[in-house]
Amino acid sequence: MYVAVKGGERAINNAHAWLAEERRGDTDVAELSIAQIREQLSLAVNRVMAEGSLYDPDLAALAIKQSRGDLIEAIFLIRAYRTTLPRFGASEPVDTAAMACDRRVSATFKDAPGGQVLGPTFDYTHRLLDFALAAEGEETVAPKGEPREEPTPHITEFLNQEGLIQTEVESDEVPGDLTREPLELPSTRPLRLQALTRGDEGFVLSMAYSTQRGYARNHAFVGELRIGKVPVEMEIPELGFSIEIGEVELTECETVNQFQGSKTEPPQFTRGYGLVFGQTERKAISMALVDRALRWKELGEDNLGAPAQDEEFVLYHSDNIQATGFLEHIKLPHYVDFQSELELIRKLRREADARNAAPVREAAE
Amino acid sequence: MSDYNFAYLDEQTKRMIRRAILKGLAIPGYQVPFASREMPMPYGWGTGGVQVSAATLTPDDTLKVIDQGADDTTNAVSIRKFFERTANVGTTEETSKASVIQTRHRIPEEDLREDQILVYQVPIPEPLRFLEPSEVETRKMHSLEEYGLMHVKLYEDIAQHGAIATSYAYPVKVEGRYVMDPSPIPKFDNPKMEMAAIQLFGAGREQRIYALPPYTQVVSLDFEDYPFEASKAEHACDLCAAEDSYLDEVIMDDAGGRMFVCSDTDYCASRRKAGHVGAQGTNLEEDAA
Repeated sequence: MYVAVKGGERAINNAHAWLAEERRGDTDVAELSIAQIREQLSLAVNRVMAEGSLYDPDLAALAIKQSRGDLIEAIFLIRAYRTTLPRFGASEPVDTAAMACDRRVSATFKDAPGGQVLGPTFDYTHRLLDFALAAEGEETVAPKGEPREEPTPHITEFLNQEGLIQTEVESDEVPGDLTREPLELPSTRPLRLQALTRGDEGFVLSMAYSTQRGYARNHAFVGELRIGKVPVEMEIPELGFSIEIGEVELTECETVNQFQGSKTEPPQFTRGYGLVFGQTERKAISMALVDRALRWKELGEDNLGAPAQDEEFVLYHSDNIQATGFLEHIKLPHYVDFQSELELIRKLRREADARNAAPVREAAE
Repeated sequence: MSDYNFAYLDEQTKRMIRRAILKGLAIPGYQVPFASREMPMPYGWGTGGVQVSAATLTPDDTLKVIDQGADDTTNAVSIRKFFERTANVGTTEETSKASVIQTRHRIPEEDLREDQILVYQVPIPEPLRFLEPSEVETRKMHSLEEYGLMHVKLYEDIAQHGAIATSYAYPVKVEGRYVMDPSPIPKFDNPKMEMAAIQLFGAGREQRIYALPPYTQVVSLDFEDYPFEASKAEHACDLCAAEDSYLDEVIMDDAGGRMFVCSDTDYCASRRKAGHVGAQGTNLEEDAA
């Protein structure tokens, strides 16, 4: 005897309880603290802050703990929290030329004012599993140098002095906000950059990679990659001037790309730009390449029909919270729709069978 | 759960959503862009419907939530619980007692009234999307009322299959103007869309809201010689004997045994309470035992 399925609520509660138990794992193993995640899984924390669009290492660490290390799930937690926060105002634009750089490399000049600073990078490590790390208790101390006091100017500015690189059009227009306005196309570069900086790292990486392999190739040199902290200032209406309210760590990448030119204008290098929260250089470089590919119209290039040139394609598919939600929703019940498909396919097959059977009958007559 | 505003969203956001709803009601079938918020449930789980419901609910409302026609599917339970916690509104499983009904994939069998609102969860609001992937292009097609592509698609269905091969999310034309996606309801439900209640459609991920005022003309697309047909399984409900309700097919054993039951659980239960018994049904008291 069939009795309609009941008990959805009990199933949900039990599933949540089981999930919590699985998240904790074996209780004989010490529990992770938020501080441990923040300090020792800092690149995961950075990714969650960047794609969650919220700069708060402790909350990002909490989200990673709660999501059992599923970073997209952690980003989702941060986004859902962020959207409930009141907005007090907007900061002044940060000045990345005044960044206290932990890392600053240029692939276009051997040396430049401010120097090449390798910083804490995996770049020249040999990827050999370090079994000593498994034995815990390790403490390492890096040698220290004197901090540089003088500013570290942007390398592309040196090219600009000779007029070798296109100058960006200055604008005092208030940029749009993807999280407060529906996306409408064609969009603007500020909105594209917003979408890219919070876009899925894997998606932006693959889009960038596709341009390198010839789908709208725009050969990019890393003019400069810098990572470090910048102060955030905000104008307080009651004071009438801006004060420093904190600092954020940023990764900035400026690429120098193939030159443009026409009969009337001499050739110039062009730029791509990436700026991402935290130490997230793979993402920042990828962002700069995709930004550059999306600028084809503005720079008078041909539309080659490449995915990375298609603003609508890139912007509509870069967000992993939207993508994962829609992808995973197909596991929700669809039996009403499926039933209607079942009825239809049975009907079509009945009719096809009847048609196929018809000539045989005619022959028999 | 007083940490959040009534029905979770802040008043500014609700105001923004209400403006989109009003615009949608003023231009039936037109997709209004709105600044969809990130909700605490995933995109694809009904975030559009939830935002529309949140902007629509008042403390005096009684909410019913269904998924696949049923009140007790897990996601319907989850959304109902969300509003119980954040809005503290009364909830019901009885269609006639609800003032706001949020639904996924079905329209209740019972006729709705003028004092009711039906809120649909919509995955892809654009009826032309699978014919033209670009939003820029499809918006242009709507503004020019250029629906030839859709008719060609329906014609090709007939040429290939001898029938229009769309069984759910069957496109409709609203008041002779906009072609609209009715959300993935089975085409059996399409004729019900000309109703007394207000119908609101929310697509969260795609950031669109659209609406049908009461008694709006809604015509399922077809051809004179291939008229639209609202179809269902050719059975009666095995529990309540209803012949006029949409049926789910349930596999009973591994020998391929199956039965058909109403997808609208409230409709089925109220018929059984009234004494209707289907071919494999018993009366309700025995069931509960």
